[in-house]
Amino acid sequence: MEQLSGAQMVIRALRDEGVKHIYGYPGGALLHIYDALFQQEEVQHVLVRHEQAATHMADAYARATGKAGVALVTSGPGATNAITGIATAYMDSIPMVVITGQVMSFLIGEDAFQETDMIGVSRPVVKHSFSVQNPEDIPSIIKKAFHIAESGRPGPVVVDIPKDMTNPTDRFNYEYPKSIKLRSYNPVSRGHSGQIKKAIDMVLDARRPVIYAGGGVIMGDASTELTELAKLLNAPVTNTLMGLGGYPGTDRQFIGMLGMHGSYEANMAMHHADLILAVGARFDDRVTNGVDKFCPTAKIIHVDIDPASISKTIQADVPIVGPAKHVLQEMVGLVKESKKQPVKEAIDSWWQQIEEWRARHGGRYRTDDSDKMKPQQVIEMLSKVTKGDAYVCSDVGQHQMFAAQYYKFNKPNRWINSGGLGTMGFGLPAAMGVKMNFPDEEVVCVTGEGSIQMNIQELSTISQYNIPVKVICLNNQSLGMVRQWQDMNYESRHSQSYMESLPDFVKLAEAYGHVGMKVEKYEDLEAAMTEAFSLKDRMVFMDISVDPFEHVYPMQVPRGSMRDMWLSKTERT
Amino acid sequence: MRHIISVLMENEPGALSRVVGLFSQRNFNIESLTVAPTEDSTLSRLTVTTIGSDRVIEQITKQLNKLIDVVKVVDLTEGDHIERELMMIKLKATGQMRAEIKRTADIFRGQIIDVTPNTYTVQLTGASDKLDAFIQTLGTTNIMEVVRTGVSGLSRGEKVLSL
Repeated sequence: MEQLSGAQMVIRALRDEGVKHIYGYPGGALLHIYDALFQQEEVQHVLVRHEQAATHMADAYARATGKAGVALVTSGPGATNAITGIATAYMDSIPMVVITGQVMSFLIGEDAFQETDMIGVSRPVVKHSFSVQNPEDIPSIIKKAFHIAESGRPGPVVVDIPKDMTNPTDRFNYEYPKSIKLRSYNPVSRGHSGQIKKAIDMVLDARRPVIYAGGGVIMGDASTELTELAKLLNAPVTNTLMGLGGYPGTDRQFIGMLGMHGSYEANMAMHHADLILAVGARFDDRVTNGVDKFCPTAKIIHVDIDPASISKTIQADVPIVGPAKHVLQEMVGLVKESKKQPVKEAIDSWWQQIEEWRARHGGRYRTDDSDKMKPQQVIEMLSKVTKGDAYVCSDVGQHQMFAAQYYKFNKPNRWINSGGLGTMGFGLPAAMGVKMNFPDEEVVCVTGEGSIQMNIQELSTISQYNIPVKVICLNNQSLGMVRQWQDMNYESRHSQSYMESLPDFVKLAEAYGHVGMKVEKYEDLEAAMTEAFSLKDRMVFMDISVDPFEHVYPMQVPRGSMRDMWLSKTERT
Repeated sequence: MRHIISVLMENEPGALSRVVGLFSQRNFNIESLTVAPTEDSTLSRLTVTTIGSDRVIEQITKQLNKLIDVVKVVDLTEGDHIERELMMIKLKATGQMRAEIKRTADIFRGQIIDVTPNTYTVQLTGASDKLDAFIQTLGTTNIMEVVRTGVSGLSRGEKVLSL
């Protein structure tokens, strides 16, 4: 059997797990591991400029592929810098393995240089964590970390490795386990057939059904099954922010995103539905609005892999614990076999109602109230220029909502955003993580001048590895979403929500060796964007001036029902 | 309503902090907590008493089950169960009180386990409300120190919480 040091085992285990790229930043506690990394070529390391970016890169790789991404950060500040990225992945149930260096085991607890209790600090935002106590355990711990991160409801796993566990002179037998079993962890592999039958019986009786599908459909690779079921039922489908792309965005049966900034027709349909089939969604507060007024006439079927998500905020009438893919497959089979068919006349009149809603407000915004370009126009142009086929990695704020509303995602895993934690600074490293793994695809970072500055240093990493992502910066010279709330709830007192002293982004991009473009007029947008995307091997930063006074609509009225919305600055339902 | 939740978990470093952290993180309440290894030294048994609505208790058991180190969870209060708590209570015992404390301890089936000229230490075992009643009966003026283990419990009859 091969004899390897702890440091070599870390890298070898990653290789044996099929990992191609790891994202990280070296430091004292990791020197042995970085030395082992240097002496092999199979696992490629990407040196970021801040550990937060390493975690977002790993996270976005996972969002695009379904496989766990890997970040490697040192002890102390390296580890704490990774926390935001770990929390981001945790909130969106993204598989990730984060290896953190730790001070030597005999120094733990002595406030040693660059010591942080990473197991303790990360505990609330990890699915699980391991602290290596014996170097021999490294292969099995890494195997367990991947198994836990990727199975069941996915999530980030931290592996904390004290420096002396990686000592190059201590060698151990290395064997990477093929599979691993944990007696205390057995995620469900299928849903309860009786419950699924009961659910389909209710679905086929429904007169006003809505399928409400979330990120579980994306991470559960169940988009095909969802589409097939929806087609069989002729039911309207709404996606959560995390679920966009889970159902084709240009299909007639897609009624848009739901929730706080959901479409008029999606929120209206939810409110009036008599049956909601929720799949891989968690009735988040940004979806339900006031829980006591939520969907008053609907029976609720809730399919989720995590039993704790079911009946957490909204009581389910039929709970089904299981992976979305399996449950939906079984549902499709049942509908096909069933003698009962959807109630045609009821479904037809339901569609008539939905089409009325769609015609009344669907996707409208004003372009005549300002001579500035509208952010929505930019996203629609982006959708056009990239043919709706790009990986769109978003930051957080108004631009995120505009991208979610106006980019039509026809495929899963292409909309990559921090939905749960709402992490500004996510977009650029996320785009980098995707582009490195899909070099032939168009990868876009939709951002604002606020968010982009939270990880702007990564323009340097982009230079080092030549990662030709395209940055679409909707520059409204203010923290748009904060400003919108201040406009609506604080009589436009714009406390700290405008960005003074913005850099010249064109020059900044050029300083890092990239292409910068400034666009101020809508007439110039298409040509500029087409040019940007024609520069296949260059990173392009498009600084696009947009109307600073634009708001995101619809916007649900706080604590109201699903249908209580502002539709514009002056119009309410 | 008060619930007694029993948790069988891996006897691993950090496992207890995950359970305790979960309670504070999700705003669940802990009335008492006991934990010790079982006859199988790789497993720990933890008992937590908590107060909450049915919905909160459901979330507590589900969230506990999600912890990777947790093997099994049962809400003992859902069925017939036995609960015990142990208390040691140090009391000022002078003059007439010496006899009075002895009598009361006997009534509660407590034992005096330490004696000095001025103090008695009484050991008492039972359900939590029995221990409360003992404290109430003696009144707080004589109490010098109280230590309670928190509740331990198990199901009556054949039902067991094991691997």
